[in-house]
Order: sequence, then structure tokens, then C-alpha cells
Amino acid sequence: MKRQLPLLVVFLAGVFMVIQYFVPAEFSEKAYEFLIDWTIIIGIFALALGIWSLIRVSYHKIKTKQEGYFYSYVALAGLFGMILFGFTFMGGLESYMFTHFFDHIMIPIQSTMFSLLAFFIASAAYRAFRARSVLSSVLLIAAFILMARVIPMGPLSDAVTVVSNWILLVPNLAAKRAIWIGVGLGIVATALKVVLGIERSYLGRD
Amino acid sequence: MTNETDKKLTFNERLMSIDRRWVFLVLAIFVVVPLILGFSVKPVVSDEVRAIYDFVENLEPGQNLLVAIDYDPNALAELHPMAFAIMEQALAKRLKLVTLTLSQNGAGMAEQAVKAVVDSVKMYHGYTPEYGKDYVFLGYRPYFALVILGMGQNFRIPFPKDYYSTPLDSMPIMAKIQNYDQIAGVIDITGSNVADAWIAYGNGRYGVKVALGLTGVSASDYYPFYQSKQIIGLMGGMKGAAEYEFLCKNPGPATEAMGVQTFAHIVIIGFIVIGNIGYFLDKREKAKRKKEM
Repeated sequence: MKRQLPLLVVFLAGVFMVIQYFVPAEFSEKAYEFLIDWTIIIGIFALALGIWSLIRVSYHKIKTKQEGYFYSYVALAGLFGMILFGFTFMGGLESYMFTHFFDHIMIPIQSTMFSLLAFFIASAAYRAFRARSVLSSVLLIAAFILMARVIPMGPLSDAVTVVSNWILLVPNLAAKRAIWIGVGLGIVATALKVVLGIERSYLGRD
Repeated sequence: MTNETDKKLTFNERLMSIDRRWVFLVLAIFVVVPLILGFSVKPVVSDEVRAIYDFVENLEPGQNLLVAIDYDPNALAELHPMAFAIMEQALAKRLKLVTLTLSQNGAGMAEQAVKAVVDSVKMYHGYTPEYGKDYVFLGYRPYFALVILGMGQNFRIPFPKDYYSTPLDSMPIMAKIQNYDQIAGVIDITGSNVADAWIAYGNGRYGVKVALGLTGVSASDYYPFYQSKQIIGLMGGMKGAAEYEFLCKNPGPATEAMGVQTFAHIVIIGFIVIGNIGYFLDKREKAKRKKEM
């Protein structure tokens, strides 16, 4: 019963969600809204679980004085600080502290992390793009043309734009479409396996 | 030890294995110098960017446009300029602007962008957009697919109140907006898979017109949707933003950054060429040695 009940719930919810998608009636929409509310409630529990997990991992690092445990203090201070300043009695989302922490710590940190990627991409491109075979040469030429798209090349600019658009809209599109169709079929197959109880890894163990 | 190893490397091998710290240094120099000196590039406008511009431009004053600021600070450099340009164009045209965010750290981004654009419209267009009447910021809600679906029924399901806790029904801009039927189009600016949900649910299920502003790396993934007309237009990365600024005659951060991007691309192309020269010289030398043996 411990295993059959969740399987039954998943089956009924899955079949209902498929049917309601094609039934634009009021009762179907109401039931759908009800299920969406449940999803949000489950998600909130997942959020709480995530926060608890972060606190536990950080606490463990500090307690056992693992390498770089100091950063766990920073993570916990950031977590509790932002929560505290987000409360209405501390000024809420528009408070000086909350907005300044976000604008002057969060934004620069995340932007910096992303900007560093440019350097790693440059280094990786230098090492990886070698014309070792016909296929890698084709890839290399296509990459050159797309990169040349943002470089001022006088009268050549228009031609580069036309060729790069063709690359994006024809060969790239054909490959992407094939991947997307494959992914879509994979999603449908997995969803069916979950709904029909064939795939049960979400229960924790099989 | 390292020097001894370096000495053993031939010239060709050296070309192929330049220390990545040199790559970083050269790239840094070529990024910083154009930033200091100032160097701009006139963008060539692509059809997919022009399609978004034309769509917004052809809307009648008073029509509602939804701009979804679905990105985190990490994509700010590429996506903020798009948000600025589109929102300024919309407010200057006296469209009614509805903004929201479906990204966890997007609320701060959206608020920053909206405030900056309103100030800019006041300054350059001689018109003061009024909050709640001309524009509104609904805030953030988690589970983007559910929010997009929820808004298809009624905006009040996921957003009973706006970001500042004002009930939606108390604002004139929302009086006539129930669901996507009253929205002329959605422009989703994102670096994540929120775009998929806008296409699948916003356009697929509710038929609202969707256009995308994306980071450079994710743009190529969405061309199939542009060709199939599931999205009406597509802006990719800083280049797309610069094209949009150019169309709006509103040069901003993306236009300024084009010079830097140009130099960075030249450096990357240069290093790839050097690596390949080394590779071919090495290959030829090895083939020659094999023949001699």
C-alpha cells in the first residue's frame, strides 16, 4: 500500500492533467487551479528543505572546520541577513539595506562570475578549435563567420551578416530541430513511464 | 621544472600550448583599452531584431505590452540594454507597459530597469509615465510555467497584488486586463528556459504573440521557433541589443559595448588561428620526419 498509493496518485494526476489540457470547460479549469495550488504548496516545502539543507551543510563545515569553512559564515550571514531585511518590520523589499545588499553585493558578484566565463571561453576556444578533420574544419569556419558578425568589416559586413543568418537559419536550425524533437519525444516517453508506474525512481528507491 | 619542460617544446608546440594566463592577459588588455578609449561599431540590423521593433512600433498608443524581465544579475550586461530599449520605446509610444519577473533574482533587476526607463522617458520624451496608469510592475512569482498558465486565465491568480502590495484591481492600467486576450504581445527577456514556457504555454496554449530577448549563447537554440513563427522576433546577446538600440535611435550600453566585443572576438579569432598554425606546422613536421625514417 505504501508504494501503490503514490503510484495511484501520480497516475490519476497525470491522466487528469493530460485530459484537462484538451477540455476548455469551467470545471476542468477549476480542478486545474486546485492542482496548481498544490504544486505551489509542494514547491514551498521544497524551498524550506533547500534552506534547511544549506544551513545543515554550512553548520557541518563550520563544526568540523573543513577547508574554507569561513565562507560558510558568509553564506549563512547572507542568507539570514537578506531574510531579515526583507521582513516588513525591517523595511521590507524597498528598505535601504535590502536594496543596497542586492545592488552592491548580489549584482556585482553574479555579473563577475558570468564575466569570468568570457576568459575561460577564450582559452577553451583556443585549445579546442583545431581543424583536425573535415567536420571540425566546417565547425571552425562556421564559428569564424558567426564571430565575424560583430566585427566591422566595411562593405563585407553585409555579406557576413547574410552568411551568418543562413548558418543560423538553415544548418543550425535543422540540427536544433532534430535535437528538440528528440528531447520532446524523450520527455513524453519519460512522462508516460512515470504516469504508468514503469519509472519509479522518484519514490526514492526501486 | 616548468622552464625545463618549456625548453623541450618546439616552436610549433609552443604555438599550440600558450599558457592560458597569457590568453587571459591579452584578452583583458583588449577589453579594457577600447573601454577607456571608446570605440563604437555601427550594427547591421538583422531581420529577427527588426521584427520585434516593427511589432512594438506598429502598436497603437494605449495598447498593452508585457515585458517579462526573466533574468538574474549574471546576464545583466547582455539583457539589461534590451529591457531598457524596449521599455523606453513602449513608454515613449504611450503604450501601457506591464512588467513582471519569473526569475528568482529578477525583481531587483526589473525594478532597477523600470525606474531608469521612467526617468529616461521623463527626460528625453517630455512625458511622465504614471505608475498604475501607464505602467505597472507585478513582481516575482515562483514556478514560471504555472504563473504563465495562470495569467492565461486571469492575471489576478498568480498576481493578486503588484510588487508594492497594491491590489491589481485598484490600478487603472489593470482595469481592462484580465488575461492575455488584452495583451498585444509579450517580450520575454531571459537567459534561461523560461523562454520555453512562454513559447509552449503563452503562445502555444493561449496564443499570445511572444518575442524573445536572449543571451548570446542561448539565442541559436530559439531560431527554430522563429522560423516556425511561434515567436515573432528574436534578439541575441549584446549584438541584438545594440541592433535594437540602433533601430530606436537610442544608443546605450550595448552600442558602447560593441567596440569591446569586437576586439574580444578579434583576440579569440587570433588565438584560434595561432593554435591552428601551430597544429599544421607540427603535423607537417611530423609527416616529414616519418618520411625521412
